[in-house]
Amino acid sequence: MSTLEIKDLHVSIETEQGEKEILKGVTLTINTDETHAIMGPNGSGKSTLASTIAGHPRYNVTSGSITLDGEDVLEMSVDERAKAGLFLAMQYPVEVPGVTMTNFLRTAKTAIDGEAPKLRTWTKDVKEAMSKLKIDADFAGRNVNEGFSGGEKKRVEILQLELFKPKFAILDETDSGLDVDALKIVSEGVNRAQEENNMGTLLITHYTRILRYIKPDFVHVFVDGRVAEQGGPELADRLEEEGYDRYLSVKA
Amino acid sequence: MSETTTHIPDEKVRIGAPSIPGFTEEGEDLSPINDNDSSPLGGASAKAHSHGGGVGVPDSSRAGRLTSTNVEDFAKLTGREEDWRFTPLKRLKGLHSEELIGAAPKVELTGNDIAKLSVVSADDALNGVAHTPDDRVSANAWKFASETQVLTIPKNAEGANASVRITGESLAPAAQHLIIVAEENSEATVILDHVGSAVLAQNVEFDVRANARLTVVSLQAWEDDAVHASSQQALVAQGASFKHIAVSFGGDLVRVNPSARFTGERAEIELYGLYFADAGQHLEHRLFVDHAVANCKSNVLYKGALQGKDAHTVWVGDVLIQKEAVGTDSYEANRNLVLTDGARADSVPNLEIETGLIDGAGHASTTGRFDDEHLFYLMARGIDEKTARRLVVRGFLNEIVQQIGDEALQERLTDTIEEELAATEN
Repeated sequence: MSTLEIKDLHVSIETEQGEKEILKGVTLTINTDETHAIMGPNGSGKSTLASTIAGHPRYNVTSGSITLDGEDVLEMSVDERAKAGLFLAMQYPVEVPGVTMTNFLRTAKTAIDGEAPKLRTWTKDVKEAMSKLKIDADFAGRNVNEGFSGGEKKRVEILQLELFKPKFAILDETDSGLDVDALKIVSEGVNRAQEENNMGTLLITHYTRILRYIKPDFVHVFVDGRVAEQGGPELADRLEEEGYDRYLSVKA
Repeated sequence: MSETTTHIPDEKVRIGAPSIPGFTEEGEDLSPINDNDSSPLGGASAKAHSHGGGVGVPDSSRAGRLTSTNVEDFAKLTGREEDWRFTPLKRLKGLHSEELIGAAPKVELTGNDIAKLSVVSADDALNGVAHTPDDRVSANAWKFASETQVLTIPKNAEGANASVRITGESLAPAAQHLIIVAEENSEATVILDHVGSAVLAQNVEFDVRANARLTVVSLQAWEDDAVHASSQQALVAQGASFKHIAVSFGGDLVRVNPSARFTGERAEIELYGLYFADAGQHLEHRLFVDHAVANCKSNVLYKGALQGKDAHTVWVGDVLIQKEAVGTDSYEANRNLVLTDGARADSVPNLEIETGLIDGAGHASTTGRFDDEHLFYLMARGIDEKTARRLVVRGFLNEIVQQIGDEALQERLTDTIEEELAATEN
């Protein structure tokens, strides 16, 4: 079992008006085999947390810590964090022109595992994973995310999740822009990865819809850069009924 | 009482067309009957452009440029001319001002024996069929080239493959003249492989006859001290297709001007380019595509990478769609990737359109650094920064490498790009 511990994290970004603090002291612990849902209104800092864990250069950690089994994650470079077992399924996957999917997947797998995957088994694994996610075989020859629809991009993020087998997956609004069928397919992929690899999942979402397919063990409600409330899966049902007003009116 | 009547051509008389002086349904009327008063582009400025020897038409059109085989017709260069303002004249080593009496680089042909190489005199009638110098350096080369090498691809030939190795062995300013004739219905790939050291002003003519398909790769793989100014002009006849790929990564100063003109309908011109400029290098490419005839297609795409202090690239694209060229489909684009600080890319896409009855015309230019988001995406998948940069640059330039079609040359180029990238990392 592995543990990802976030302690009193403060994160800010540079804006034209100066540094702006987005996370104002976030504390959260997640173990492998657990599913944590992070919900909250727009601008509450959910994506910021995801990007900060992955090490996006835009975000400055001003205080607090993130450790993975006791190791300081904030000291690691972006690629070192991935090699340590962290995977961020991005909200807006970029197109990387001129780099084919096969080349990219193989290069990444080699980097994460520390050695090149055996060609024959690798090709089989990729084909199988693609078909389970209903990704057309000819996507392998296309450039990374180039011309992919929103749903295709999200499915390709989950394809990587299944192939790279990380310890912890942070899914940043993976459900946004997906139709019901795509949502089911993507959720099945995440569930498969959890079962096969004892993955820990940090699921960031606006809507409770995806929680019907990926069952959370814990729900955290983010409001204005902090965790406003924590609870079990029933908290998600309550949010579905009441929305986020309760937290916002308290502020006023 | 006298009346004046103006004959209005049919295209102006359409149902619903507004009758505004100087305008047709398509927009501004550039025809000669519009006098200067109603439009700054009408009247004398829209006269038929002169491509023969003689006085240039005093307008800003690319096609109105002076052309002549007599170097004295061209004024001495000051460096402030539109055509020369990006080029450091001092580094031209006299190609614009000196006598070019040095020994021309050696020309050797290898390949599958279908194309034939011969030598004719500098005043043979073959000279000038597909080329007239349009700047002083080109005219200077015309004057001093002592002979002309002619590569002929015979009628109906299929799969002709010719590699012309041009080896420079001296830095004395020299001139060279090459002609490549692709006879009717022939199909060939010709590589002009420039190696060694030279200070060379070069004219290259491509006579692409009816229904011929010619691919030319002009590879500037010179040593670091070479200076190369090359005017490469093509005439493309009916139903023919001409693909020209300029690949420049060697030399101290390289200036290649590929231009192509349609003389028959349903023909196609593709101009591709790939350049990689290191510290201090000056790599310049100026293109001209002349749609003088209807229903032709052209596509221009040049991609470059720059690294190191004072690496300088210049790209100027001119596409002219003349009044007669209805049904034209054309596009030109230049994309630059700046890998380090201190490098500079100048990029100027120009488009002149004289008729609105075309299928498409576009021009685009981008110059930028590495996109942090691309790097983050790849690194977030465990790929280290060095490898991520290589992947992105390789991918960026690969689009042009793929156009070449010759496997051996593609491999050689991929190796060269890898070497250049390894140099960035040190």
